[in-house]
Amino acid sequence: MTPTPLLNVDSLTVRYGARIGCQDVCFDLYPGEVLGVVGESGSGKSTLLNAVSGQLAPDSGKVLYKTRLNEPSNIYAMTGPDGRILMRTDWAFVHQNPRDGLRMSVSAGANIGERLMGVGWRHYGEIRTAGLNWLEKVEIDEDRVDDLPSTFSGGMLQRLQIARNLVSKPRLVFMDEPTGGLDVSVQARLLDLLRGLVADLGLSVMIVTHDLAVARLLSHRLMVMQGGRVVESGLTDQVLDDPQHPYSQLLVSSILQV
Amino acid sequence: MLRAENVAKSFTLHVQDSTVIPVFKHINMTLKASDCVALTGASGAGKSTFMRMIYANYICQEGSIHVRHGSDWVDMVSAAPHTILDVRRRTMGYVSQFLRVIPRVPTLDIVAEPLKTMGISECNAGWCAAEMLARLNIPKALWSLSPLTFSGGEQQRVNIARGFVAEYPIMLLDEPTASLDADNRAVVLDLIREANARGAAILGIFHDEAVREAVCTSEFDITRFRAANDG
Amino acid sequence: MSRFDDAAYNFAYLDEQTKRMIRRALLKAVAIPGYQVPFASREMPMPYGWGTGGIQVTAAVIGPDDVLKVIDQGSDDTTNAVSIRKFFAKTTNVKTTEDTEKASLIQIRHRVPETPLKEGQILVYQVPIPEPLRFLEPRETETRKMHALEEYGLMHVKLYEDISRHGDIATTYAYPVMVGERYVMDPSPTPKFDNPKMNQMPALQLFGAGREKRIYAIPPYTEVKSLDFEDYPFTIQKWEEACALCGETESFLDEVILDDHGGRMFVCSDTHFCKTRREQGHTGVQSPDFDRTSQEAIEQ
Repeated sequence: MTPTPLLNVDSLTVRYGARIGCQDVCFDLYPGEVLGVVGESGSGKSTLLNAVSGQLAPDSGKVLYKTRLNEPSNIYAMTGPDGRILMRTDWAFVHQNPRDGLRMSVSAGANIGERLMGVGWRHYGEIRTAGLNWLEKVEIDEDRVDDLPSTFSGGMLQRLQIARNLVSKPRLVFMDEPTGGLDVSVQARLLDLLRGLVADLGLSVMIVTHDLAVARLLSHRLMVMQGGRVVESGLTDQVLDDPQHPYSQLLVSSILQV
Repeated sequence: MLRAENVAKSFTLHVQDSTVIPVFKHINMTLKASDCVALTGASGAGKSTFMRMIYANYICQEGSIHVRHGSDWVDMVSAAPHTILDVRRRTMGYVSQFLRVIPRVPTLDIVAEPLKTMGISECNAGWCAAEMLARLNIPKALWSLSPLTFSGGEQQRVNIARGFVAEYPIMLLDEPTASLDADNRAVVLDLIREANARGAAILGIFHDEAVREAVCTSEFDITRFRAANDG
Repeated sequence: MSRFDDAAYNFAYLDEQTKRMIRRALLKAVAIPGYQVPFASREMPMPYGWGTGGIQVTAAVIGPDDVLKVIDQGSDDTTNAVSIRKFFAKTTNVKTTEDTEKASLIQIRHRVPETPLKEGQILVYQVPIPEPLRFLEPRETETRKMHALEEYGLMHVKLYEDISRHGDIATTYAYPVMVGERYVMDPSPTPKFDNPKMNQMPALQLFGAGREKRIYAIPPYTEVKSLDFEDYPFTIQKWEEACALCGETESFLDEVILDDHGGRMFVCSDTHFCKTRREQGHTGVQSPDFDRTSQEAIEQ
């Protein structure tokens, strides 16, 4: 028995004028699966992520998403409110720079509570309790709940962003270099946290990274992109241990050994 | 349980002028329930490579490797990634030569993980993992630590615990007894025998002839299928 | 009298085309209660912030038979109120009044009169920032989308933030309301004390923001609900004091500093309301004819 994919991406192409952002990208994402997208800067991985997550309209192709209630529907054909409700509840987007995904002018608790209030929570005590629970899950001291994010360290900000996104129990999470810009020890902690959350909550994840070690730790499957195209895809360990495409081999052989 | 047909493998090194290194041609092999087959051949003959091909860690250029997965047969060469992941989750266990883990994760969680991904409750999984670690003589004080700080032998035993904690129908063992002392080797041999007894099909690489004689039902020499370098 | 020939100005200062344009925006605003309608706000002979939005709305709806009242902070005789009243007296020749009940058109800043309003009356609010979501989401494109899709979670983020910082909803003026169960609206910088008056009001309420070029409206008898949390319900301000002049305990009070030694008194912010009560014989602690003996008798 084959389960239905949660997400089905079909010949997605994004052009920036004459330049190619990404071209003819096809893939499926199954429930509970973590898909890594690797490639160097400019390979089109962020473009692909933005297009698949509906933040960028593609020039051609479609993305089918199986919502909780309905049959798979094309996200670009969804009318305004449906798409936005999807983005706020079923989906989450973790930005590389947490400042892009957080409201820096309101407290940590309000940041976490926003999605809940967005879907109609109107009980302050319950919203605050949910906020405290999530702070604990992402290993931030509970007494920081009323502090502004601007008083947080980079690693804490990223964990707060993750809490803010996951509080609505999304099924699909997009991550753009979630560990970029963090120092190594913080990175390891965050990866560990992400792995745990992904496994416990059964999330499907599409994660863009240029760090192959991050990709190996987090993702089940890997797509290697170069020049806007997917040049190789397969099981993470297969792509990293037995890369077929010249570019994948180059990437893998370029990893620094510690 | 497992049927390899006409399998061929070569490596193409694009970074080095697209050198093609052929490895195998025409491997045919079957593995039945309760078999314990020893994969043999000189060092560098490609025993580990073949094992990784079965686990779909390496790609096969030709042929098929069918694996009994529940009531179906799955071709590990051509199956979709999520199917392969499901085979790895429920059917085929693999004990590699080296433990590869995420920093900071406690040993107990690492061993319990295969059970949890099979859908066994956290509590039961932890209990089984603890039992397995105790059996392999890992001191209880170490369970809450990451195995990255352990000695080579301890790491190998954690790796074995992780492989045997879930009762996979097919098990691939890459030198499971290599760096173990006599006592622990005996434990591992018991584990292999128990797995065989419950019907698991085992393919193993064992350097030690005594070990092979102790547990294996037959041997499979990979050297015969070496492809010549001239193709 | 004036050095200018008043006849040189059109009735109510604005030309007829402009008034028509504003009326069209007003009709749309009344049809969609709480929705901010863009309009081509004109330059007025006074700076932004002095009520140019309210004045344009008043100019568009005022007729020769109207009776106009203008208040600023509840008072009929502050600079802003006096200037605007004189402006319309000069450009329209309509009757002006301080009496809330006699006025057909009332332009207000920062207060809604204490005297309940009736059917047929029109209340014009001066609005500095019409967008209630502005402080949390500065992008106009985004806030318009949020209104269109009824995404008002953000408004509660602000109230949440109030409670977590101050232990209570500390917003005391421009307190956001939900109009007709559809649009979240900024009630202009009136105190939240006045929010309940806006609910099911028999009079028509019009809002004009000159600098921001927006008009919105609440038709008579429309539900206006102040946003809150289930466990932190909306409440209005309460004073322990009564008005020092008329003894009223239920009105919005202003604190007046009397000297440099901490002397102070509280008086009704609505001057006409206070005056009317005094004329009816009500007294407060500062009234010349206040009956101190009875007060002291009560205290003893």
